Parts: sequence; structure tokens; C-alpha cells
Amino acid sequence: MTDPMAEIRASFFVECEELLEVLLDGLQSMEDGLADSETINVVFRAVHSIKGGAGAFGLDALVAFAHRFETALDELRSGRLVADGEVLRLFFTGSDILADLVRDSRDGNPTDDALVAPVRADLEALAATTAVPEADTGVIDFQPMALALDLDLDAPPPPQADAPVWQIRFRPEPGLYESGNEPLFLIRALRDLGALTVRCHDDAVPGLEAMANPEAGHIWWTLQLETTEGEAAIREVFDFVDGLCQLDIEVAPGGLDLPDLPQPEPTSAPEPEAAPALAAPPDGGAATAPKPASTPPGEADPRAAAATPAPRATVRVDLERIDRLVNLVGEIVINQAMLSQSVEAAGIPPNSPVRSGLEEFLQLTRDIQESVMMIRAQPVKSLFQRMARIVRETSAATGKEVRLRTEGENTEVDKTVIERLADPLTHMIRNAVDHGLEANDAREAHGKPREGTVSLRAMHRSGRIVIEIADDGSGIDRSRVLDKAIRQGLISADSQLSDTEIDNLLFLPGFSTADAVSNLSGRGVGMDVVRTAIQALGGRVSIASTRGKGTSFTISLPLTLAVLDGMVVRVAGETIVIPLSAILETLALGRDDVRSFGPSTHVVGIRDRFLPLLDLGAELGFRAPLEDYADQIVLLVGQEDGSPAAMVVDAIDDQRQVVIKGLHESYGRVPGIAAATILGDGQIALILDPIDLVSRAHGCTRRPPVASDRIANVQTGRDT
Amino acid sequence: MTDVSTTTEPTKDGKTIELLSFLVSGQDYCVDIMSVREIRGSARATPLPHSPAYIRGVINLRGAVLPIMDLSARLDLQSATDTSRNVIIVVSTHDRTVGLMVDAVSDILALPESKLQSPPEMPSDEGRAFISALTIVDDRMIRVLDLSAILPTANEDAA
Repeated sequence: MTDPMAEIRASFFVECEELLEVLLDGLQSMEDGLADSETINVVFRAVHSIKGGAGAFGLDALVAFAHRFETALDELRSGRLVADGEVLRLFFTGSDILADLVRDSRDGNPTDDALVAPVRADLEALAATTAVPEADTGVIDFQPMALALDLDLDAPPPPQADAPVWQIRFRPEPGLYESGNEPLFLIRALRDLGALTVRCHDDAVPGLEAMANPEAGHIWWTLQLETTEGEAAIREVFDFVDGLCQLDIEVAPGGLDLPDLPQPEPTSAPEPEAAPALAAPPDGGAATAPKPASTPPGEADPRAAAATPAPRATVRVDLERIDRLVNLVGEIVINQAMLSQSVEAAGIPPNSPVRSGLEEFLQLTRDIQESVMMIRAQPVKSLFQRMARIVRETSAATGKEVRLRTEGENTEVDKTVIERLADPLTHMIRNAVDHGLEANDAREAHGKPREGTVSLRAMHRSGRIVIEIADDGSGIDRSRVLDKAIRQGLISADSQLSDTEIDNLLFLPGFSTADAVSNLSGRGVGMDVVRTAIQALGGRVSIASTRGKGTSFTISLPLTLAVLDGMVVRVAGETIVIPLSAILETLALGRDDVRSFGPSTHVVGIRDRFLPLLDLGAELGFRAPLEDYADQIVLLVGQEDGSPAAMVVDAIDDQRQVVIKGLHESYGRVPGIAAATILGDGQIALILDPIDLVSRAHGCTRRPPVASDRIANVQTGRDT
Repeated sequence: MTDVSTTTEPTKDGKTIELLSFLVSGQDYCVDIMSVREIRGSARATPLPHSPAYIRGVINLRGAVLPIMDLSARLDLQSATDTSRNVIIVVSTHDRTVGLMVDAVSDILALPESKLQSPPEMPSDEGRAFISALTIVDDRMIRVLDLSAILPTANEDAA
């Protein structure tokens, strides 16, 4: 019994997310100065639909808030309110709260009323400044909606003998059509209240030659409604067109208005819209007919189209099924690698049909893999909208006026990447507003626009996604950063650092330049966490900053988490895959490059810098350190603090895409190892987590750490 | 599995259980056949760094990563050196799947549960913790392995 309901509920919340997106989109275009009636309607509809659905599920808190919001928006819609900065800010906050309420309702969490109440009050105040007093409060006001939903069950009872008959004269003014209202819907809503008789008056329709404004609408209606509902309920139907039409509602004299009754042709017919269309021709001739008839739908159609922005057919698929597909494609990739290897081993000549067939297979595999990854991909738009909210909140908290510019919102990235990017991005956006931008007055003093700009751009670049967070603030004050880092003991006082190195100090754990610890930032847990999170996704962050012009952070991420470009290396007879993104450089050591450092460590001098030397085989416990490291191949891999470390490997075999197989589920975490993959020969190779490995490294490159035996070494290693 | 050990009293209707017996360093062991997924020949395992000595590494089991446990090392017995002729018994318990490396698979035994007896208290012998019951078949003592005790728990394996 509960299942279908839960399903409907779930799809309601999915719809809510879409509607919230539409809502934010609409508000954004209003802020950009495109506040036409269509946009306002789209926004209004989004809130209205959320309210409607929430009512059906009895989510009272959500309904109550959505109702206030809707009322305020209605003021905008009716033109009594202008969407200027202050109002829009409130609407943005309102949509944030609405989003919170939706999520809380979905997850069954209680909503913090302390957050909701002030906004609700503000919205109410906003509506009250202009609004005609409204009769009912939220929940009660909402009843007609519920009625409309269970129309078949308990809605219009057969007209009772004693039900009063209301006479309604409804004469739309041009403004009604201009604001996108449709009389048909109003008439339908009336029909839901009771037995309705509609009479259309086409006498005001001018002849074709006299029709100056075809948009104006020249038809008016007399409606007779037999209902037990009070006048308030009827007036409520016309709530949204209040002020846009002439409306007279009165109890029909004597309960029945016979003179009117015989005439109307379509008495409460299922298609009342036939009335205007049919009624028009006799007067204005055939050409007149389409005009009044097409006016309301013409107004309505774009609205409908805008409310559901993409009329493309889509399917909602369980994520699990997609993941299964992704796994299977991973298998194909492995299988194909195996096949290539055996064809190679069989010594089949390069131009044979088998080889060329295999080539095609390879191409197809890659295509399939890419298409499957596309299924998991989602536009970053939802992420950017969340960031827009962070900007609003941060700007409110810091008192800086900030504008967020977004670009490339439709760039698609793997769903998991989007989810895991939210936290680091939040941090960076907060930083940009809090640290990056100067206070408004200071900006003006520097001849910059008062309002700061934070821009968020996403783009595809050579098989990776690049996200750029830039501000037009004062840039990094390098001398201050250096000073702070020295005072905080993060670097030694006599360090000579290049600009880039100084910038990279921001990523050091514990580093903070904010003089005062605020709610937002300055605690020194920030950029290092950001970097760790991004590295966990196989990504990289870099900084570029110009004094006085601003700072930009660039995040580069792989498109997917299911495959990875790796370098296949050999160490102590084992094959290890190292993510390509972690490797800065590969080189062969000369005899003079390696110098002994401590009693058991070496450093490598590369271009006048000394880097710690790590022996991968020894670090993994696969072998004892070598006697001599001359002529060995080293990979320079990034370290936690951005400075590279030199890692010795025995040989570099290949560079290729590998499918990531989690090790965690089947075995558990292995220090220094990110995951596993299956090679072409069916063997498992481990994928290194270079950052983790380097940070845990013992660095022993001279004496056997403990014993030569591999297993004994592992067990007595520094981890135990 | 563990439920084998809990039914040590003889049942009248003689409910039988099936056990897969195998040799580890010349000793007879067995596991409940219901926990056995498959038996396969030995394969070269990719060693895992920083893993306990009894973890040989991981192998590719039709696209899945399967950890291999050297049972003789786990039971503190003389480690068998000749790995090429070893057999891997793939067992799964508590949603974990592990390959147990043994010397050879011997037989499938069908025994009434009443034939199982709990092992005697031997506090000095750590290996006892892994054995949930004992039985005698053809004059050979067969130890029933407690799989859940043998498999490393999630926090143990990070070592």
C-alpha cells in the first residue's frame, strides 16, 4: 500500500528539484534585467507547482512557505511590485529556504523554523505592502487545490436544490491577457465549484477593419454558478487576475435567471473554450475568429514551453542499472586488452584481417565506453546554482556586494564528480568572496566597480573538465603570505620561493591569511582540504594571481571515475599503475644527481633543487633499497605541499587507460594504494595513490629498513 | 560456518550437513559447503603492500578483485612452498568473498550434525579460535573451520 505512494512522493521531490532549478533560472534572468511577464510567470508557476504537490502530500510547512512566496510573487506578476535589487534578494533567499524545505520534507528532517520564519515574515510584509488584503491564511487557502485533485471523489456535488445560484460577470481587461492569464482556466476552476452555466458575450468584438488591437480581447462572459461554496471561494478563483478584469459577483435574483439560460449554447460543456471560438465568427467573420481565440493560447503556450524547458524525451533510470552497465563496459575494455595481447603473442602480422578487425573493435570499445560515461554525466548547472546560493549567503555575511557570473553551465561531468565537488567548491567560493574580494569601499577607492565579481566557469579541455573560480579582487598579497607562513612555522625564515611557490603555500595545512577568524573562513582548514578532495577525484588545482586584478583557481578533473589514464611501471617484478595526472616529469638519474642526505636517505638534485628520493619498491615493501640509484628511472610526483618528490621505478612499460576496480570493498584500504585494475594478461595491477604514498613514505634508500624478507618487512614496517 | 558449532547436541532425526574437506600442511580441515562458491586452480596473486603475511595478494576472478589468504600461514602451520599445485577455495561469508589457498581438496563429507563435537579447551593454542568443531571420518580427525574468525575484519586488514 505504501509503496506506490512512496514512489509518487519520490517523483514529486525529483520534480521539485527541477522546479527549483527553473525558479532559480528565472530569478537569475530577472536579475540580469530580463524580467518580462513570461519569466515572472515561469517563476510563479514553479513555486505554485511545488505548493500544489506539497499540499497533496500534506507537507504543511512547505505549503505555508510556498504560499507566502507565491503571494509575494503574485504581486510581481500583477505589476504592483517591481523586481529591483532588494526584492530580488528576498526572492533568492526565499528560493533557498524553499529548497531547504523541500529537502527537509524529502528526508523527513525537521526544518529549523528560526531560519524560515524571518524570510516568511519578509515575504508576507512584501506582499502586504501592496496587496489587497487577503482573506485566508496559507493552509486553508490551499484547499481548492486539493479539491481539484480529487475531483472525481468529492468535488462538485450534484446541484442541490437549496444551493444558491451566483451570477458572475467577468470582463477581462487587456492586462489580463498580457500577464499571461487564461480565462479558460478560471472558468474551469469555477466549474469545479459547482454546476456552471457559461454565456459568452461577443457583442463587443469589433469588425475586422475596426480592430485596432487584436491582443486586447473583446469577449466577456456571464457565468451562473450553482454552488454551496461562499462568495469567498468564488473570488478566490479570480485571485490572480484581481485588478485585471471587471468582476461582479452576486446572488442571482430568485435563484434562477431564466432569461439567460436558454441562450448559452455550451452549458457547462467539457470544453468551455469552444465558447469564444464559436461565438466570435457571427460578428466579425471568419477572419476575426482566430484572433481572440488565439490570444490566450498564444500567451499560454510559451509559458508552458518555458516551464518544461527541454521538450526532449528523457527517461529516468535507476543509477544502479547504469553502474552495472559501466561495470560491464569496464569488462569489455579489459577483455579487449587481453585479446590484443594474445593476438600480439600469436605473432599475427600487422595487416591481417584479425589485426584490423581488432583495431575496429578497439575503436568501438572506446566509443561505447564514452557513451556509457555520458549517461552518468550531468550538467554542472545544479552545482553552480548551489554555488550561487553560497555567494549570496557569503555576501550577506561579509556585507560585500558580489555578483556571480557563471559560464559553461551545461558542461557535463560524471555525477559522482559533481557530488564530490560541492564541498571543495563551496570552500573556494567562500574564500573568493571573503578573502579575494576587497570591501566595497576599498574597491571604489581602487577605481574598480563597487560590486565585486566572482566568476565560475566550466569547460572541457583535452579530455578533462576544467573548472575555474576567479574573483576580481586584490590578488594574493605574496609578501603577507610569505610572512604568515614563516610566522606560522610552515616554512623556514630564509626560504627563497618563487611566486608560484608562494601561491601554493595557500594549500599548506594550517595556513590562513585572514587576520580574524570569521564564521566563514580563517581557521586554516580550507585550501588543503580542498586540494585533498580534488586530488581524491584524480584532479589538480592551480592558482594564478595578479596583484590588484584578482585571483583564479583552476581545477582540472578527469571526466569519469571509472577509467583513468595511467602510466604502467614495473617495480621489483610487480606491475603498478600510476595516475598520469600525478606525474609531473620522468627522467633518468645520472651518477651525480643522487646525493646522500641522512644516514639512510638520498636527495636528488634536479635543476638546482633537491628533492627527496623514494624507492617505490622499498616503500611498498617489495624489496630492499638498491645499492646504487645511478641510471635508475625516476618519476617526479606531486607532494602534499606542492613540491615534487622523486620516485624510483624499475621500468616504464606503457601509458594507457585502465579500468578502476575498487580494492576497498573486497579487501580494505591499503596504504599508498588507490585501487586495482586488471591488465591485458588478466593479472591484477595496483593503482598507486602517489600523494598518500609519498606522505607515508619512510624514505629509506640506503639501508634495508628492517629485513630483506618482503613479508617481514611489511609487518614490522612503520605503520604497525 | 558458525551455525555448525552451535548444534553440538545430537539431533534425533539426524539432520546432515555437508562439508568440503581439504588438506592444509598435511592436516585435514573442512568448511560448510554452503559457504563455498567455487574451487579453482592456483593463480599468481598480485601482492598487496603492507598486508599481513597470510594475505598472498589479490587475483582477478572474472573481473572481480579477490583477496587470497594462505590458510597455512593463517593457521600458523608450516607454510607450503609449492604454490603452483595449490588450490584456491573461494568462500564467502558475511558478504565478503575470499580465496583460501590450500594444499589440496580431499572430499565432500555428509555427516549428521550429531557427529560434530566442540573442540576441547586448549588455551595455549591460538589456532583453536579458528576451529568451531571436530569430527572423525575414517580415523582421521577433521577440523571444521570457523570462517568468520578466519577472515580479517575490516579494521584488522589495514595493519
